[in-house]
Amino acid sequence: MSQPLHRDYAGAKLGMWLFLFTELLLFGGLFLLYGAYLARYPHEFAAAGREMHLVFGTVNTLLLITSSLLAAMAVTAIQRDQRRTVQLLLGGTILCAAIFLFNKYLEWSAEIGRGIYPNSPVLAAGPPGESVFYSLYYLTVGLHGLHVLIGAILLSVVAVRVGRGTVHGGDYVWLENGALYWHLVDLVWIFIFPLYYLIL
Amino acid sequence: MVKDSHDNTTHIIGYGKLTTVWLILLALTALTVRVSRQELGIGHVWGSLAIASAKAGLVIAFFMHMRYEGRLLRWLLFVALLTLAIFIGFTFFDVLYR
Repeated sequence: MSQPLHRDYAGAKLGMWLFLFTELLLFGGLFLLYGAYLARYPHEFAAAGREMHLVFGTVNTLLLITSSLLAAMAVTAIQRDQRRTVQLLLGGTILCAAIFLFNKYLEWSAEIGRGIYPNSPVLAAGPPGESVFYSLYYLTVGLHGLHVLIGAILLSVVAVRVGRGTVHGGDYVWLENGALYWHLVDLVWIFIFPLYYLIL
Repeated sequence: MVKDSHDNTTHIIGYGKLTTVWLILLALTALTVRVSRQELGIGHVWGSLAIASAKAGLVIAFFMHMRYEGRLLRWLLFVALLTLAIFIGFTFFDVLYR
């Protein structure tokens, strides 16, 4: 190395956490909207919520919890310098993410097939509360799905860097922050699941 | 001095402990689905949110290593959650008693 590199791992992690807090407030705002409209249209929300596919929601919950476990294990593995294990665990995380998104595709296809999508004639003809529910559903879950996609791409980049040896037992802040982002994706889903699939 | 290692600042969480947390998360998921199938009225909302909060706490504490972080990150997390709680609390104070 031509010049000594200053690495500030604590600073890198602090920066990641600060970013995660802004994400928390972003999704928090969407949950707040959900709560306020639930108070305004309790019956319409209940009717719309009963139409949700509980099986898709539950399977996706299990997938994300498992993928979060694999990501947390990957951090443990890199701390123990087991690079091959890290790659396998990250592969598992990314596989879970892919299945999650495929389920989402099937679920949304089924819903759009029934004419339920923002501004659809079916919803326009129904009570206003139901179209609010589905608009919030598509916005929140869509934004979350985007985060799943970004997280999977981020973890793929990390897996490649582990393979190249630029992320290793002595310098794994990429993996640590990538895993933190992934856990946030899981965290948001932990609240989406009961709010949209269960309580109504 | 170049600090190029994580070693002196990190805590390694074993696979066993992570797996235990995962099993508890699965159990809580099963519980929340089960609770939601009962007819409890408003209890649903509070019960589901309480279980979701417990799950979120486990993910933050163990998967995200917050339990082993220093004071700065813990306080920042507290401030972020407090801000969110103030937003939500004040909004409902307005929405519910209008």
